[in-house]
Amino acid sequence: MPAPIRLRELIRTIRTARTQAEEREMIQKECAAIRSSFREEDNTYRCRNVAKLLYMHMLGYPAHFGQLECLKLIASQKFTDKRIGYLGAMLLLDERQDVHLLMTNCIKNDLNHSTQYVQGLALCTLGCMGSSEMCRDLAGEVEKLLKTSNSYLRKKAALCAVHVIRKVPELMEMFLPATKNLLSEKNHGVLHTSVVLLTEMCERSPDMLAHFRKLVPQLVRILKNLIMSGYSPEHDVSGISDPFLQVRILRLLRILGKSDDDSSEAMNDILAQVATNTETSKNVGNAILYETVLTIMDIKSESGLRVLAINILGRFLLNNDKNIRYVALTSLLKTVQTDHNAVQRHRSTIVDCLKDLDVSIKRRAMELSFALVNGNNIRGMMKELLYFLDSCDPEFKADCASGVFLAAEKYAPSKRWHIDTIMRVLTTAGSYVRDDSVPNLIQLITNSVEMHAYTVQRLYKALLDDISQQPLVQVASWCIGEYGDLLVSGQCEEEEPIQVTEDEVLDVLEGLLVSNLSTPVTRGYALTAIMKLSTRFSSVNRIKKVVSIYGSSIDVELQQRAVEYNALFKKYDHMRPALLERMPIMEKTATNGPTEIVQTNGETEPSVVESKHLPPVTHSCISQSFDYLLLLTLCLGIPPMTAYNKNGLKIDFTFERANPNPNIAVITIHASNSTEADMTDFVFQAAVPKTFQLQLLSPSSNVVPALNQGTVTQVIRVLNPQKQQLRMRIKLTYTLKGSAVQDLAEVNNFPPQSWQ
Amino acid sequence: MMRFLLLFSRQGKLRLQKWFTPIPEREKKKIIRDMTTMVLARQPRSCNFLHWKDLKIIYKRYASLYFCLAIENQENELLALEVIHRYVELLDKYFGNVCELDIIFNFEKAYFILDEFLLGGEIQETSKQIVNRCIESSDMLQEYYCEGETDFPGTWRKYHGGVYEQTCILTCGLKGIEITAGEEYRSRMYCI
Repeated sequence: MPAPIRLRELIRTIRTARTQAEEREMIQKECAAIRSSFREEDNTYRCRNVAKLLYMHMLGYPAHFGQLECLKLIASQKFTDKRIGYLGAMLLLDERQDVHLLMTNCIKNDLNHSTQYVQGLALCTLGCMGSSEMCRDLAGEVEKLLKTSNSYLRKKAALCAVHVIRKVPELMEMFLPATKNLLSEKNHGVLHTSVVLLTEMCERSPDMLAHFRKLVPQLVRILKNLIMSGYSPEHDVSGISDPFLQVRILRLLRILGKSDDDSSEAMNDILAQVATNTETSKNVGNAILYETVLTIMDIKSESGLRVLAINILGRFLLNNDKNIRYVALTSLLKTVQTDHNAVQRHRSTIVDCLKDLDVSIKRRAMELSFALVNGNNIRGMMKELLYFLDSCDPEFKADCASGVFLAAEKYAPSKRWHIDTIMRVLTTAGSYVRDDSVPNLIQLITNSVEMHAYTVQRLYKALLDDISQQPLVQVASWCIGEYGDLLVSGQCEEEEPIQVTEDEVLDVLEGLLVSNLSTPVTRGYALTAIMKLSTRFSSVNRIKKVVSIYGSSIDVELQQRAVEYNALFKKYDHMRPALLERMPIMEKTATNGPTEIVQTNGETEPSVVESKHLPPVTHSCISQSFDYLLLLTLCLGIPPMTAYNKNGLKIDFTFERANPNPNIAVITIHASNSTEADMTDFVFQAAVPKTFQLQLLSPSSNVVPALNQGTVTQVIRVLNPQKQQLRMRIKLTYTLKGSAVQDLAEVNNFPPQSWQ
Repeated sequence: MMRFLLLFSRQGKLRLQKWFTPIPEREKKKIIRDMTTMVLARQPRSCNFLHWKDLKIIYKRYASLYFCLAIENQENELLALEVIHRYVELLDKYFGNVCELDIIFNFEKAYFILDEFLLGGEIQETSKQIVNRCIESSDMLQEYYCEGETDFPGTWRKYHGGVYEQTCILTCGLKGIEITAGEEYRSRMYCI
């Protein structure tokens, strides 16, 4: 059997492959050779074979059959074998593999090896990928090595201990004694890893944190020596002595000084010193300054120091290096909440960063700009942010638009300014605006009563220009539907009123209905708007014609609307003005605002938008088409019935049949209370047999007033496709005079007309 | 702590992968794909920091190789750049004007050097000289030199005789070297 080919020969060969298929072939051939070599238990070339396997693994090919071989290499006496074996273990044998645990004994032996480099290999492997079980077994060995005088081993043991603690936090205590004089080391490697170990312990345990606070003076001294000491060739990086250690110490100081006055005071001087003396021409100096700033902001530093920190960040913002600008913006974002005024001073620089070419910087600058907006600077800031919205990449537009809306809502100096800002966003970034902004905007517009004429005029003009941006079109349609009369009568005070005829307005709305650019939702808005204008305009015939055309639309949504509106013209014309009158002012709720206005589907459940009790006939914030359903059913001739009457609580059912679906019975419950006290927390629940489907809508209120002074109504919709006899089980819960009452009842006396 | 370090070429070929947390093989492949796509798509003069899931990705290009380091959110990005640079310096000192080919053909040595510099996602040694000394001492312990350096220099000349030019990672300068028979090379190889 000839010697297997050398590693580099294999690499060279594989690199000559011209296609993926050729490479695969070579690798398969070699893998077969390696496999048979493994089977023959060839000790001499095992190392070479595993090394080749690792190369093939890096190319993406499977190498699991080499896992056991790695173990054999680790167990070998040869250093080369061990080196490759441990490397293979780290690449192929993480804790998810079954054979992982088999390493434990080998590692244990190697931790006690006579050669420090072998011990080093074992520590490295354990510290990189030891599982919890392995860590538990070997923690003692690690702890022993943590106390050795050999700095090469000590530093590795420290990081190994960090890994053990991360995997098995309960073992943290056992490393405590060994930490006693870690900081008195001269060796920087040991010092660095000790600081890492201390940091890990302090982050995980408040007790440890309190215990290690006494190290603050020592840490301050070490840091001072690093800064004051002259050139040290071993640790110098661009004129700074051991920046890695400096940063690590600063981070530990941050953790120790947080929420502790004494410690914070002890570090004040050194922080000021680092902040002022560090050379900033190279990245490494700035890395230290950055860490210093983070530390100053986190501990209880005096205000002078904090101002110094923010000024450093301000200087960073002017740096040519993009990375530093980015880091400055990120840090300022973190501090803007606590040191708002100090950050405000750098506002103009931050706003300039909006024009930066780098995407990451632009994003940070945008977030920070929004955080800095307040009542004083809103006009100026908004100008910049709107300019940014105009010119930024599409990935930013949605977030920016939302930010502008939020900021405008909080700090708008006037209603007109607010509406103008919204208009600007809708016209420039209209297609990127989030869906939930539409109802929010509608609510805003509704509530700015004096601006209605101005708003509708501006929106109308915007529609004339461009109907492609759906959120803009939706808001505009809604407004025209509501305030079309103001538009036509030319009542605008804020700006020059335009001359518009009713026909022109209807032309625009009809245009939306037929345009390919309009989404189905937008079409729904347009149709409803046209309908509303029937009570505001005089050209009712035209509107009737449009509505009847859409009665046969392919779009089910539009069709349903059109048919219902048609019915409104025909049978319920006397109710039309009341139904379509102006919307009242809406209260903003915690959950969703008036989304129900824009819910197009007659089957949506309106959430409890208004806490006021509104009688069902007039306008409420429930879906418009739903209103019609209620009304259409009033006089369909099905007699009401009493479903429940006990202990003073009476529940009547009245029936309506939903049009056009005859299988849906719409039942309204009316709950009345003849006792002397109110029934509070009233909840009505119903269940039906399996062949039915039930939908329970929100009740008008959950307090049934005493002595029949009022009723609570709630609507139940029952789908009965098989036309079976309607049966229902109801559950009532309420509180009466402080005690909770619950009752179950069967309702079987439904009139036949309700389900036939 | 650092979560992983990847080295890949401009064509997206992986040259080194070091993972500091246990991750399933499939997910490692996905992460590598994500990183190469994200980093290679960056404009030339952008900043070196990216956000990916809950980690910060620091990347830097050295000649034909991208170094991609993922750190946790509380770590210092500017220092991470220094970590990458320090690793490149260590490689350069060891290989002498290191280039991508050195890392391809001596990947195991690149790992050994990395394992003397970082451990468990943290820096274990801040002195360049000490790391180099450790590596050289470890090399001395090896029972035979790595794959074929000193055996038959003449043979190597037969395969690859002549002058070779490669781009050095650090200085981006050109280097040329001539192999003569009988010369001893410890652990370097020059090849097309």
